[in-house]
Amino acid sequence: MTTKIKVKAKDVGHDILVLVKHPMETGLRTDAKTGEVVPAHYITNMAFSVNGTQVAETMLSQAVSANPLTTINLTDLKAGDVVSVSWEDNTGTSESAETTIK
Amino acid sequence: MKRRLFLKSSVATGTLTAAAGYGLLPIQTASAASYPSDAFAAEDATSGASTVLGMDAASATESDDIKLKAPEVAENGAVVPIKISTNGATEMIAVVVEKNPAPLVMTAKFSDGASGALSGRIKMGQTSNVIAYAKMGDKLVKATAEVKVTAGGCGG
Repeated sequence: MTTKIKVKAKDVGHDILVLVKHPMETGLRTDAKTGEVVPAHYITNMAFSVNGTQVAETMLSQAVSANPLTTINLTDLKAGDVVSVSWEDNTGTSESAETTIK
Repeated sequence: MKRRLFLKSSVATGTLTAAAGYGLLPIQTASAASYPSDAFAAEDATSGASTVLGMDAASATESDDIKLKAPEVAENGAVVPIKISTNGATEMIAVVVEKNPAPLVMTAKFSDGASGALSGRIKMGQTSNVIAYAKMGDKLVKATAEVKVTAGGCGG
Protein backbone atom coordinates (compact mmCIF):
# COMPACT_ATOMS: atom_id res chain seq x y z
CA MET A 1 0.00 0.00 0.00
CA THR A 2 1.28 3.40 -0.90
CA THR A 3 -0.03 6.85 -0.13
CA LYS A 4 0.44 9.84 -2.38
CA ILE A 5 -0.39 13.41 -1.50
CA LYS A 6 -0.58 16.23 -3.96
CA VAL A 7 -1.40 19.92 -3.60
CA LYS A 8 -3.08 21.98 -6.28
CA ALA A 9 -3.43 25.74 -5.96
CA LYS A 10 -7.00 26.87 -6.64
CA ASP A 11 -8.80 30.21 -6.93
CA VAL A 12 -9.71 29.75 -3.28
CA GLY A 13 -7.03 28.02 -1.22
CA HIS A 14 -5.44 24.74 -2.14
CA ASP A 15 -6.92 21.36 -3.00
CA ILE A 16 -5.28 18.48 -1.18
CA LEU A 17 -5.51 15.25 -3.15
CA VAL A 18 -4.76 11.97 -1.45
CA LEU A 19 -4.48 8.75 -3.39
CA VAL A 20 -4.08 5.52 -1.44
CA LYS A 21 -3.47 2.15 -2.99
CA HIS A 22 -5.90 0.05 -0.98
CA PRO A 23 -8.25 -2.84 -1.91
CA MET A 24 -11.26 -1.41 0.04
CA GLU A 25 -12.94 -4.84 0.29
CA THR A 26 -16.62 -4.68 1.24
CA GLY A 27 -16.84 -8.07 2.91
CA LEU A 28 -19.68 -8.94 0.52
CA ARG A 29 -17.62 -10.24 -2.38
CA THR A 30 -16.87 -13.93 -2.81
CA ASP A 31 -13.61 -15.15 -4.26
CA ALA A 32 -14.41 -16.74 -7.63
CA LYS A 33 -11.78 -19.47 -7.19
CA THR A 34 -12.29 -20.58 -3.59
CA GLY A 35 -15.93 -19.57 -3.16
CA GLU A 36 -15.08 -17.99 0.15
CA VAL A 37 -16.19 -14.56 1.23
CA VAL A 38 -13.36 -12.04 1.02
CA PRO A 39 -13.12 -10.39 4.46
CA ALA A 40 -13.83 -6.68 4.74
CA HIS A 41 -10.71 -4.55 4.51
CA TYR A 42 -11.22 -0.82 4.20
CA ILE A 43 -9.87 2.51 5.35
CA THR A 44 -11.82 3.95 8.28
CA ASN A 45 -10.20 7.23 9.30
CA MET A 46 -8.15 9.72 7.37
CA ALA A 47 -6.76 12.76 9.15
CA PHE A 48 -5.36 15.88 7.49
CA SER A 49 -2.95 18.13 9.36
CA VAL A 50 -1.10 21.36 8.67
CA ASN A 51 2.18 21.76 10.59
CA GLY A 52 1.02 19.06 12.99
CA THR A 53 -2.42 20.55 13.76
CA GLN A 54 -5.40 18.56 12.55
CA VAL A 55 -7.61 20.57 10.21
CA ALA A 56 -9.94 17.94 8.76
CA GLU A 57 -10.86 14.34 9.25
CA THR A 58 -12.69 12.11 6.84
CA MET A 59 -14.22 8.75 7.65
CA LEU A 60 -14.62 6.24 4.90
CA SER A 61 -16.54 2.97 4.69
CA GLN A 62 -16.69 -0.18 2.58
CA ALA A 63 -18.65 1.79 0.00
CA VAL A 64 -15.68 3.90 -1.02
CA SER A 65 -14.01 2.71 -4.22
CA ALA A 66 -10.77 0.76 -4.28
CA ASN A 67 -7.67 2.93 -4.42
CA PRO A 68 -9.59 5.89 -3.04
CA LEU A 69 -8.84 9.40 -4.20
CA THR A 70 -10.01 11.85 -1.54
CA THR A 71 -9.87 15.59 -2.02
CA ILE A 72 -10.43 18.39 0.46
CA ASN A 73 -9.78 22.10 0.27
CA LEU A 74 -7.62 24.09 2.69
CA THR A 75 -7.86 27.86 2.76
CA ASP A 76 -4.99 29.24 4.81
CA LEU A 77 -1.89 27.58 3.42
CA LYS A 78 1.31 29.51 2.81
CA ALA A 79 4.70 28.60 1.43
CA GLY A 80 6.65 26.32 3.75
CA ASP A 81 3.60 24.79 5.43
CA VAL A 82 3.78 21.03 5.84
CA VAL A 83 0.54 19.25 4.94
CA SER A 84 0.29 15.68 6.10
CA VAL A 85 -2.29 12.93 5.90
CA SER A 86 -2.49 9.73 7.88
CA TRP A 87 -5.01 6.93 7.52
CA GLU A 88 -5.96 3.82 9.38
CA ASP A 89 -7.91 0.80 8.14
CA ASN A 90 -10.15 -1.69 9.93
CA THR A 91 -7.30 -4.17 10.39
CA GLY A 92 -5.17 -1.56 12.20
CA THR A 93 -2.81 -0.88 9.31
CA SER A 94 -1.89 2.76 9.00
CA GLU A 95 0.26 4.91 6.81
CA SER A 96 1.00 8.58 6.34
CA ALA A 97 2.42 10.96 3.77
CA GLU A 98 3.36 14.62 3.80
CA THR A 99 4.27 17.39 1.45
CA THR A 100 5.58 20.96 1.77
CA ILE A 101 3.84 23.88 0.12
CA LYS A 102 6.07 25.64 -2.39
CA MET B 1 -36.40 -7.73 -3.28
CA LYS B 2 -38.56 -8.89 -0.37
CA ARG B 3 -35.90 -7.69 1.99
CA ARG B 4 -35.91 -4.27 0.34
CA LEU B 5 -39.66 -3.97 0.70
CA PHE B 6 -39.45 -5.07 4.29
CA LEU B 7 -36.77 -2.50 4.96
CA LYS B 8 -38.75 0.28 3.37
CA SER B 9 -41.88 -0.52 5.33
CA SER B 10 -39.90 -0.94 8.52
CA VAL B 11 -38.27 2.44 7.97
CA ALA B 12 -41.67 4.03 7.55
CA THR B 13 -43.13 2.46 10.66
CA GLY B 14 -39.91 2.61 12.59
CA THR B 15 -39.37 6.37 12.35
CA LEU B 16 -40.57 6.97 15.88
CA THR B 17 -38.50 4.22 17.43
CA ALA B 18 -35.49 5.32 15.40
CA ALA B 19 -35.93 8.89 16.59
CA ALA B 20 -35.96 7.62 20.14
CA GLY B 21 -32.85 5.64 19.36
CA TYR B 22 -30.79 8.68 18.41
CA GLY B 23 -30.94 9.97 21.93
CA LEU B 24 -29.68 6.70 23.31
CA LEU B 25 -26.71 6.42 21.00
CA PRO B 26 -23.46 7.68 22.47
CA ILE B 27 -22.34 11.03 21.11
CA GLN B 28 -19.51 10.55 18.66
CA THR B 29 -16.48 12.60 19.55
CA ALA B 30 -14.56 12.34 16.31
CA SER B 31 -11.03 11.83 17.49
CA ALA B 32 -8.79 9.78 15.25
CA ALA B 33 -9.43 6.70 17.36
CA SER B 34 -13.21 6.63 17.17
CA TYR B 35 -14.98 5.12 14.22
CA PRO B 36 -18.76 5.00 14.39
CA SER B 37 -19.11 1.44 13.10
CA ASP B 38 -22.80 1.34 14.07
CA ALA B 39 -23.59 4.38 11.96
CA PHE B 40 -21.74 2.99 8.98
CA ALA B 41 -23.50 -0.37 9.37
CA ALA B 42 -27.01 1.07 9.73
CA GLU B 43 -29.29 -0.28 7.01
CA ASP B 44 -31.80 2.53 6.66
CA ALA B 45 -31.09 5.69 4.75
CA THR B 46 -31.12 8.30 7.50
CA SER B 47 -30.16 6.81 10.86
CA GLY B 48 -26.44 6.50 10.11
CA ALA B 49 -26.18 10.07 8.88
CA SER B 50 -28.22 11.30 11.84
CA THR B 51 -25.81 9.62 14.24
CA VAL B 52 -22.64 11.09 12.76
CA LEU B 53 -24.15 14.53 12.19
CA GLY B 54 -25.75 14.66 15.62
CA MET B 55 -28.93 15.98 13.99
CA ASP B 56 -31.97 14.29 12.47
CA ALA B 57 -31.06 13.79 8.81
CA ALA B 58 -34.74 13.53 7.89
CA SER B 59 -35.19 17.17 8.90
CA ALA B 60 -32.53 18.46 6.47
CA THR B 61 -33.70 20.99 3.90
CA GLU B 62 -32.70 21.21 0.25
CA SER B 63 -30.54 24.29 -0.18
CA ASP B 64 -28.39 26.12 -2.68
CA ASP B 65 -25.68 26.39 -0.03
CA ILE B 66 -24.57 22.86 -0.81
CA LYS B 67 -23.72 21.54 -4.24
CA LEU B 68 -23.38 17.89 -5.16
CA LYS B 69 -21.81 16.93 -8.44
CA ALA B 70 -22.35 13.34 -9.54
CA PRO B 71 -22.68 11.67 -12.94
CA GLU B 72 -26.20 11.10 -14.28
CA VAL B 73 -25.25 7.66 -15.51
CA ALA B 74 -22.45 5.57 -14.03
CA GLU B 75 -21.37 2.69 -16.23
CA ASN B 76 -19.35 1.17 -13.42
CA GLY B 77 -20.96 1.25 -9.99
CA ALA B 78 -17.61 0.42 -8.38
CA VAL B 79 -16.22 3.85 -9.19
CA VAL B 80 -18.63 6.78 -9.07
CA PRO B 81 -16.91 10.14 -8.71
CA ILE B 82 -18.73 12.67 -6.54
CA LYS B 83 -17.87 16.21 -5.57
CA ILE B 84 -19.44 18.26 -2.80
CA SER B 85 -18.93 21.92 -2.12
CA THR B 86 -20.64 24.24 0.30
CA ASN B 87 -21.14 27.95 0.51
CA GLY B 88 -20.24 29.08 4.01
CA ALA B 89 -18.73 27.72 7.20
CA THR B 90 -19.27 23.98 7.36
CA GLU B 91 -18.56 21.67 10.27
CA MET B 92 -19.32 18.38 8.68
CA ILE B 93 -20.36 16.66 5.47
CA ALA B 94 -21.94 13.21 5.20
CA VAL B 95 -22.59 11.27 2.01
CA VAL B 96 -25.42 8.74 1.78
CA VAL B 97 -26.33 6.37 -1.06
CA GLU B 98 -29.96 5.48 -0.34
CA LYS B 99 -30.03 1.98 -1.78
CA ASN B 100 -26.60 0.68 -0.76
CA PRO B 101 -26.60 -2.21 1.77
CA ALA B 102 -25.09 0.27 4.23
CA PRO B 103 -26.17 3.73 3.03
CA LEU B 104 -23.70 5.93 4.91
CA VAL B 105 -20.64 6.10 2.66
CA MET B 106 -18.29 8.75 3.94
CA THR B 107 -18.09 11.74 6.22
CA ALA B 108 -15.74 14.66 6.61
CA LYS B 109 -15.28 16.91 9.60
CA PHE B 110 -13.63 20.30 9.18
CA SER B 111 -11.80 22.58 11.57
CA ASP B 112 -10.39 26.09 11.03
CA GLY B 113 -8.43 26.38 7.81
CA ALA B 114 -10.48 23.87 5.85
CA SER B 115 -13.38 24.85 3.62
CA GLY B 116 -16.43 22.64 3.24
CA ALA B 117 -15.43 20.72 0.17
CA LEU B 118 -15.01 17.01 -0.34
CA SER B 119 -14.61 14.80 -3.33
CA GLY B 120 -14.10 11.11 -3.64
CA ARG B 121 -15.02 7.99 -5.53
CA ILE B 122 -17.75 5.74 -4.17
CA LYS B 123 -19.33 2.37 -4.87
CA MET B 124 -23.01 2.02 -5.72
CA GLY B 125 -24.89 -1.28 -5.78
CA GLN B 126 -27.72 -0.06 -7.99
CA THR B 127 -29.40 3.05 -9.36
CA SER B 128 -30.10 5.25 -6.37
CA ASN B 129 -30.29 8.73 -4.97
CA VAL B 130 -27.03 10.11 -3.64
CA ILE B 131 -27.59 12.59 -0.83
CA ALA B 132 -24.99 14.93 0.59
CA TYR B 133 -25.69 16.46 3.99
CA ALA B 134 -23.84 19.45 5.39
CA LYS B 135 -23.98 20.73 8.91
CA MET B 136 -23.60 24.49 8.72
CA GLY B 137 -23.85 26.07 12.15
CA ASP B 138 -27.18 24.93 13.60
CA LYS B 139 -28.81 24.14 10.28
CA LEU B 140 -28.64 20.97 8.27
CA VAL B 141 -28.83 21.22 4.49
CA LYS B 142 -28.81 18.56 1.82
CA ALA B 143 -28.43 18.11 -1.91
CA THR B 144 -29.70 15.12 -3.85
CA ALA B 145 -28.67 13.64 -7.18
CA GLU B 146 -29.89 10.49 -8.86
CA VAL B 147 -27.20 8.29 -10.35
CA LYS B 148 -28.21 5.54 -12.76
CA VAL B 149 -25.95 2.54 -12.40
CA THR B 150 -25.63 0.05 -15.22
CA ALA B 151 -23.28 -2.39 -13.39
CA GLY B 152 -23.26 -2.62 -9.60
CA GLY B 153 -20.17 -2.29 -7.46
CA CYS B 154 -21.06 -4.13 -4.26
CA GLY B 155 -20.09 -7.80 -4.16
CA GLY B 156 -21.05 -10.00 -7.09
